[in-house]
Amino acid sequence: MNTALSWIKAYVPDLTCTNQEYLDRMTMSGTKVETFECLDKNLKDIIVGQILSIEPHPDASKLIVCQVNIGEKTLQIVTGANNVKVGDKVPVVIDGGKVAGGHDGGPLPENGIVIKNGKLRGVDSYGMMCSIEELGSNRDMYPLAPEEGIYIFPEDTPVGADAIAVLGLHDTVFEYEITSNRVDCYSVLGIAREAAATFGLPFHMPDVTIHETDEKIEDYIKVDVQDQELCPRYCARVCTDIRIAPSPEWMQRRLAASGIRPINNLVDITNYVMLEYGQPMHAFDYDTIAGGQIIVRRAKNGDEFQTLDGTVRKLDDQMLMICDAEKEIGIAGIMGGENSKITDQVKTVVFEAATFNGANIRKSAKRLGLRTDASGIFEKGLDPVNAEAAINRACALIEALGCGKVVSGMVDVKKPIKPLNRIPFRPDRINSLLGTDVSKEKMLEIFSRLELVKDGDDIVVPSFRQDLEGIADLAEEVCRFDGYDNVPMTLPSGEATTGKLPFKLRIEQKARDIAECNGFSQGYSYSFESPKVFDKLLLPQDAPERLAVVISNPLGEDFSIMRTISLNGMLTSLATNYNRRNKDVRLYELGNIYLPESMPLEKLPEERMQFTLGMYGKGDFYSMKGVIETFLESIGMKKRVKYDPNGARPYLHPGRQAEIIYDGEKLGFLGEIHPDVADNYDIPTKVYVAVIDMPKIMGFATYDRKYDGIARFPAVSRDISMVVPKNVLAGDIETMILQRGGKILESVALFDVYEGAQIMTGFKSMAYSITFRAKDRTLEEADITGAMKKILNGLESMGIELRQ
Amino acid sequence: MKERLEQIRQKALQQISESETLEKLNEVRVNILGKKGELTDVLKGMKDVAPEDRPKIGQLVNDARAVIESKLEEATKKMERMKREMIMKSEVIDVTLPAQKAQMGHRHPITIAMEELERIFNGMGYEVVEGPEIETDYYNFEALNIPADHPAKDEQDTFYINGEFLLRTQTSGVQVHEMEKGKLPIRMVAPGRVFRSDEVDATHSPSFHQMEGLVIDKKITFADLKGTLQAFAAELFGEDTRVRFRPHHFNFTEPSAEMDISCFKCNGSGCRFCKGTGWIEILGCGMVHPNVLTMSKIDPEEYTGFAFGIGLERIALLKYEIDDMRLLYENDIRFLKQF
Repeated sequence: MNTALSWIKAYVPDLTCTNQEYLDRMTMSGTKVETFECLDKNLKDIIVGQILSIEPHPDASKLIVCQVNIGEKTLQIVTGANNVKVGDKVPVVIDGGKVAGGHDGGPLPENGIVIKNGKLRGVDSYGMMCSIEELGSNRDMYPLAPEEGIYIFPEDTPVGADAIAVLGLHDTVFEYEITSNRVDCYSVLGIAREAAATFGLPFHMPDVTIHETDEKIEDYIKVDVQDQELCPRYCARVCTDIRIAPSPEWMQRRLAASGIRPINNLVDITNYVMLEYGQPMHAFDYDTIAGGQIIVRRAKNGDEFQTLDGTVRKLDDQMLMICDAEKEIGIAGIMGGENSKITDQVKTVVFEAATFNGANIRKSAKRLGLRTDASGIFEKGLDPVNAEAAINRACALIEALGCGKVVSGMVDVKKPIKPLNRIPFRPDRINSLLGTDVSKEKMLEIFSRLELVKDGDDIVVPSFRQDLEGIADLAEEVCRFDGYDNVPMTLPSGEATTGKLPFKLRIEQKARDIAECNGFSQGYSYSFESPKVFDKLLLPQDAPERLAVVISNPLGEDFSIMRTISLNGMLTSLATNYNRRNKDVRLYELGNIYLPESMPLEKLPEERMQFTLGMYGKGDFYSMKGVIETFLESIGMKKRVKYDPNGARPYLHPGRQAEIIYDGEKLGFLGEIHPDVADNYDIPTKVYVAVIDMPKIMGFATYDRKYDGIARFPAVSRDISMVVPKNVLAGDIETMILQRGGKILESVALFDVYEGAQIMTGFKSMAYSITFRAKDRTLEEADITGAMKKILNGLESMGIELRQ
Repeated sequence: MKERLEQIRQKALQQISESETLEKLNEVRVNILGKKGELTDVLKGMKDVAPEDRPKIGQLVNDARAVIESKLEEATKKMERMKREMIMKSEVIDVTLPAQKAQMGHRHPITIAMEELERIFNGMGYEVVEGPEIETDYYNFEALNIPADHPAKDEQDTFYINGEFLLRTQTSGVQVHEMEKGKLPIRMVAPGRVFRSDEVDATHSPSFHQMEGLVIDKKITFADLKGTLQAFAAELFGEDTRVRFRPHHFNFTEPSAEMDISCFKCNGSGCRFCKGTGWIEILGCGMVHPNVLTMSKIDPEEYTGFAFGIGLERIALLKYEIDDMRLLYENDIRFLKQF
């Protein structure tokens, strides 16, 4: 919300402070000022002058030479403007003065433009006459300024006066960020009330004296509110003898500073009161209202209505309409109708100031796709008391501006207004919440500044402070005006608690450590992705992964489903890197997938943390496998990990993938990305991935460690070299050796695999080193021979031959 | 005899001094002191010496032996040292050649910020807890004093699954889960991913991370909130950091505040980084609203508490001077390597 400081000062006349001080103190008392702009920032030494004579320039047909009286002296000024005549009063910037912009109205330079005496085509010129654009403003703010040329003051402006002051430009526009609970502060009066309380100064409401005519409103109009839930209060007043004219300059400037373009006195008054009171108003042309009757009711489904912007809108039965005896004339709280809008020929107007159900207005505006200044305010839920004050203010302005006459009385249809909220005053409780020692008297003094009245043991809350409900709210008011800075800083006392990192997060931390030790950097990708992902990953139509949580209002289809598999984010990140020619990239991610039990969703989906690794460049399947095993060992999972090549995951290379199995439980998978999938992601190289389903390892992971002693007796190794049918898996050979080696078998390590020349087709050569050791004695040859014999028998049964 | 011994001694010493290699020295040792060496010969000839002279001659032989041995020893050591020095001379390397490093990966700046915050709050006795990312309307809004039809629901631009389920817009819902467990006092922080319907640009992302903090106990005050967050800011941004609390509004806290820290670039004098204000907005906080306590079955007359919410991206962007939020989700290795 933007407001000129001069407007605030109209209600807090004693307010004197620098702009910075105002910003700081308002911000610290809760009315946050985002920024401010001084309208006279780049204006200096600009005086009201009167043109005494105009002569043509001897050498330039487009220039004229003027003698301009600026009070104490007369200056000769050369100008190219052609809208001035002798006797005109104009703004004159003198030697060394400053203007804000160029005459073309282009972007304003940061530090303005300094004007110096000089010669124009050989003729001396002592200063410059200014256009409104050169004064840093525009015709929106000053509609009376000529479209082109020098700004001309009204005839009664004193010569020699400060032109910046005459134009009202010694002013500052403040931009506030109002919090959603302070509906009352979406108004100049609300902010002024806060300013008065902040600076401890008196606050004055505007004058609302009205001299009503003898005519009675009942003779003009009747109001029938058929849905009081949606319209708790409807006030109407009638003004006659309307004369449409421009509104006064002070009003135009205040509106313009707030970002509203002045139009004419009647429209400007409604906008002015909306800004001032925070109560949107509407003016209907009385002569367009059939039957002298206003009916407030819901629209019918499918009705169409042309709003005053000329657009035809589709209505539904949740929308509240303002109607006359025959037709709809406005969408309540959102926009009036084309059929009742004010024209320059208007004679009599009906003012409306009403209170509508905020949520209903918000939803209606959303469905209509029509969010107006008025609806933006109504949707916050307004104070019904304010409607009456605002409509009276509007009528007072009609009179004061000579815009028309006010008919006696007001039609007021309302639900009983809620009694004022009372909050028991408990100063001790306030201090114990805040940790302060503010005196009861100080609290009451603060409350009085905010128009909170003590009555008996209670504090009575004025109707405009809908946000104050209980003692905590009172505590905040005390705190705001006693100063947040004055609250001491202490640390909580009481029972000590242990700062724990839960086991799950410790395991995730370990996963990060291990990944990073192996050269993988952490990435983050979005939880939502495109449903096209499933096709990109070659998942069949009936794949369980396709059952995904769908967002009903996504940012777009590409972000519309919650991921059920973590690979898309990883492959997308790898592709980004590949595309940017980054070499040897290794990434990991720890993030959830979301698995619904069924769709549409009936209960919360399962969120499963996935530890996903991906890489291209240096490294292969086995380096990925190494990372997985290092991780599992590091979290105490020391049993042998098994790998099943028959997972048949469609996104992986059919011959280079494995399910990771630990103690019979499937933990995840690893493999090379299927070349078709790599193509889909535009990564024309080999990509390896691994995914560990973290919940699965939680039952196995442990940080318990037991010392197992250090071997004291020597180990004995036997190397065996063999020819193995190609389809026999190393894992199966090892399993067999481990089973048959008995207690004394310490380890089995593959040290060579070879296929090719000297080996029969369909076979491979493999060599293992098998180590035996006993804990309690030195092994004897017989122990080894016995164990080896069993192993060799086992090999034979697998169709494996020893190489000699 | 005596002359012979002297002769052997002289000869030995000369040969020792003339030896240039360890092998030569060894030869000397063998020739003089060995089984068939000259000095050994002398000893063998002792049988021809008169018995009364034997002790004297024996003494002479031993003396000569001792002298030769010590000289040999000395020469050997010297030679060995020289040899080692020569080897080392030949082993000189260029220490400025490139190092061989293990290729280490890097943690993401969001995680670094998150772990840093977890560390700080762990140290202050806060337990780290988690909550679901897909939430019910109740935990994300209603239980936080944001009733149906409240404009905040629109303001926060929520991603909905349907009327009941949504992507959480804040980690604040974890507060409610924790309070409902009924175990008091509570000191917790809850880091996690949250979602809001913002288009991606340099300062917005539809998915980002927050850390929620909650303390519930008897006699917790707003002063405790200020002191706690001041301690946090000093730990995270440095001892000299000043904090400022400004009134603000959140539905689930009352009183509410936003906390600014003094700009760590200009130390509060005002610069481009802090837009000339000297302050940088860091987090929102407040005393837990009595309605929130009541809904979670905690008596607000007996217990009070405070809560705060910190944007982890904001912390990471500020602390590491990252100028575009999009970098955080692209996962370009050249970006990640800088952390």
